[in-house]
Amino acid sequence: MIDFDRVTVRYAESREPMLRDVRLHIPEGELCLVAGRTGAGKSTLLRAINGLVPHFTGGTLYGTVTVHGRDTRAHPPRDLADVVGVVGQDPLAGFVTDTVEEELAYGMEQLALPAPVMRKRVEETLDLLGIAELRDRPLRTLSGGQQQRVAIGAVLTSHPQVLVLDEPTSALDPTAAEDVLAAVTRLVHDLGVTVVVAEHRLERVVQYADRLLYLPGDGTVVDGPPDAVLAGIELAPPLIELGRVAGWTPLPLSVRDARRRAGDLRQRLADASPPPAAPVPDGVPALTARGVVVRYPGTVAVRGVDLDLHPGQVVALMGRNGSGKSSLLWAVQGSGPRQSGTVTVPGPDGDTDPKALPAAQARRRVGLVPQTPGDLLYLETVAAECAQADRESEVPDGTCRELLDHLTPGLPADRHPRDLSEGQRLALALAVQLTAAPPVVLLDEPTRGLDYRAKRQFATVVRRLAAQGRAVVVATHDVELVAILADRVVVMAQGEIVADGTAAEVMLASPAFAPQVAKVLAPQSWLTVDQVTTALTRTEVPR
Amino acid sequence: MTDRAVVDSGPPARVSAWSGARSVRAGRLPRSLHPGAWWCWALGLATAASHTTNPLPLAMIVAAAALVVVRRRGDAPWALAFRMYLVLGAVIVAMRVLFRLVFGGGQGDHVLLHLPEIPLPAWAAGIRLFGPVAAEQLLGGFYDGLRLATMLICLGAANALANPKRLLKAVPGALYAVSTAVVVALSVAPQLVESVLRVRRARRLRGAAGHGLRALRGIAVPVLADALDRSLALAAAMDSRGYGRTAAVPAGQRALTGALVLAGLVGVCVGTYGLLDATVPGYLGLPMLVAGLATAVAGMLLAGRQVRRSRYRPDRWRLAELAVAGCGLATAAVMTMAGTVDPERLYPPVSPLTWPELTPLVVLAVLVAVAPAWLAPPAPTANPAPRPLPVPPAASGRTDHTSPRDTAQPEAHR
Repeated sequence: MIDFDRVTVRYAESREPMLRDVRLHIPEGELCLVAGRTGAGKSTLLRAINGLVPHFTGGTLYGTVTVHGRDTRAHPPRDLADVVGVVGQDPLAGFVTDTVEEELAYGMEQLALPAPVMRKRVEETLDLLGIAELRDRPLRTLSGGQQQRVAIGAVLTSHPQVLVLDEPTSALDPTAAEDVLAAVTRLVHDLGVTVVVAEHRLERVVQYADRLLYLPGDGTVVDGPPDAVLAGIELAPPLIELGRVAGWTPLPLSVRDARRRAGDLRQRLADASPPPAAPVPDGVPALTARGVVVRYPGTVAVRGVDLDLHPGQVVALMGRNGSGKSSLLWAVQGSGPRQSGTVTVPGPDGDTDPKALPAAQARRRVGLVPQTPGDLLYLETVAAECAQADRESEVPDGTCRELLDHLTPGLPADRHPRDLSEGQRLALALAVQLTAAPPVVLLDEPTRGLDYRAKRQFATVVRRLAAQGRAVVVATHDVELVAILADRVVVMAQGEIVADGTAAEVMLASPAFAPQVAKVLAPQSWLTVDQVTTALTRTEVPR
Repeated sequence: MTDRAVVDSGPPARVSAWSGARSVRAGRLPRSLHPGAWWCWALGLATAASHTTNPLPLAMIVAAAALVVVRRRGDAPWALAFRMYLVLGAVIVAMRVLFRLVFGGGQGDHVLLHLPEIPLPAWAAGIRLFGPVAAEQLLGGFYDGLRLATMLICLGAANALANPKRLLKAVPGALYAVSTAVVVALSVAPQLVESVLRVRRARRLRGAAGHGLRALRGIAVPVLADALDRSLALAAAMDSRGYGRTAAVPAGQRALTGALVLAGLVGVCVGTYGLLDATVPGYLGLPMLVAGLATAVAGMLLAGRQVRRSRYRPDRWRLAELAVAGCGLATAAVMTMAGTVDPERLYPPVSPLTWPELTPLVVLAVLVAVAPAWLAPPAPTANPAPRPLPVPPAASGRTDHTSPRDTAQPEAHR
């Protein structure tokens, strides 16, 4: 179905080719997963399939890409629209019309299908993806998972043979991600669509994949069945790492596989117990919020939430999209709306409410990195941003740069912030906010678009912040990250806190929030591979 | 999903028979009317309003427009804008009266009150500020303002009744690219506002003020970068979804179409000028206008052939559309006729003060104008009622007058 014959892609501004001499053959009906670090060329590979590379993006493509017998050299993306459907990272950015039904029909209108056929296909697609009740809704009012499903439906109506998805679940909560992936696997199984999907969080998709393409970052592509490829790569989902620690071959790809083999491992771990949770600090909280209410026209985002943040503690704030996590963080910081309730932060001159302070003062009490860290950055170079941050915070020159070097060493000072990778940009925004030395740091979905390595690095940074005595809140959907990072987990739903406890208590209590290791080793209460490794070495050395 | 193979090619014959049968039965089912029909009706009413200053027919036209809007609008956001147009109309009337009061000429015998006149320097001779206020002068302002307000309210009615986006979709194929650009721009505008709000909020996190000249850079740079990113993403999405697939057109024909459209538009401009300026030779007037229009239309038709696309759920001109548009045209025609038969009644003199009167023709025009309140099918409601409302026994007698909400059908029947 898709053939890459000695494909090399080179962009004008870079010396190294993005893809080097890639040969691939993806047969019909496969679900093919593309993995690799940020900037390794995943998007280039995906976009080469429908000719966006090089027709749209520029650059030079050597070799040939053939899809369903059509050479992308002769067929620009629009002429491949009936064969390849592409869904981008941000579905909202790709919507052309403004209601669900019109969006589903848009592609077919371009293909000049007769009106009755369009009508029928729209109805079928609405049912196929379970979005029939959304048909008249404006696209902007949909939740992230719904938008993603509509975006997939919008390309499906053209009945493409190939569906290309670029990180379809990166912005979604675990349940919405499950919905989207369930829809995708259904397409593969029922309709025989060939699906090529790029994803950072392999643990979500790898069990469904027939083939894994791994891009190590030097332009080559490692191609093979998922377990074989995963065995050879350095950073992998927790399940694979657990398999390596336990010495399972072939490596398990799904929780079910692993669980069936885990009897032995559970036995070995029976005597050990996971490290006890960090004791609840009983000192003065770094921030106390009482009865916080945030209301927007028509909805109540946060309903009377009480929250104490203790120094040295990392709190993970979880909950589905739209459950009020962001609103709570913004309200607590003082920059967002807050209709009632109190927030107090102890300071050198007594307890204060950050909302009552001018913005420049409030950020010295509570620092917030928003969901799109790029919003904070507006200057041309990293050095200029750092200098500006020093000036804003009235601290000695070089403070911000020093913080940045602690977070990610060796960021070129003359680089434009927009040319940084997601992880580097997050680090820069975090450094800018930390320059004001706030005792409370709030991070709103920081790990969106981070690969395993960047995520691990981020976790180290956050642990270090906590070790310095700061209270850190991380709002995230990523259960695996929470498992290695958080001391305490707070779950929100409909603007209320529905669960609040140590990471182990909350995460082991519900399958939706349980990390893979916990699912495999239940009823034992292990959360991370590191815990298991430590316990194994400890119990087995004496023998 | 049902069988995939069946979907690919529905037999066209069967499908058209099915839709034909539906159109007969579906005449009175809730559906949205072709936006062109509503605009035709509204422009007819506006034309009628422009032919009179008599407050009675004007008020009746406003009432007719309001009745039709109330009975036949959907529950979309733009449908609620009609109230705004009414307010705007009232403001126009008030402004006209106020202007007459401030800059009043002072004609008229029935002086209502004396305001102190403000003396102006000699160079402003001919302008008078305040002074005696006569009833005739205020009434003249009221009549004038009411006529303008009525025309505006008629257009407001069209805006409330017709989905502006569907009107854009109904443009001829040659203008498809333009209409797409407009649609994209319309959907980008709210995104831009959202992005400005988001960045302004983020600015506060860095301790910077949310306004002022220095903040402008901090806001503009991320917002523009964001907008650029989004436009690129949108362009990529549109390209990969088939936007701009054109039939293979030889370069020569493309040049010909361009030349035809351009020449036609120039011809229209020259023709209009010739028509309005009496001093230019006659052949530059109407003949030029007609020739220009014909050339432009030919060019557009030719260009439309290059666009290879179809429309999802196209709005068709059916009986109801014809009836509604016809009502508008008839209103305008009858009012024009009433003006030629009896001009004094349509332009009641303010001096001497007379009571405005109606003629049978004017009443007929207004009756025709209000007919779409019953002739047009009810508008569908965007969100079907979650539970069917129990029909009260009293409602059974007035089957023809059920409100759109009561008769709302599930979407599939539209």
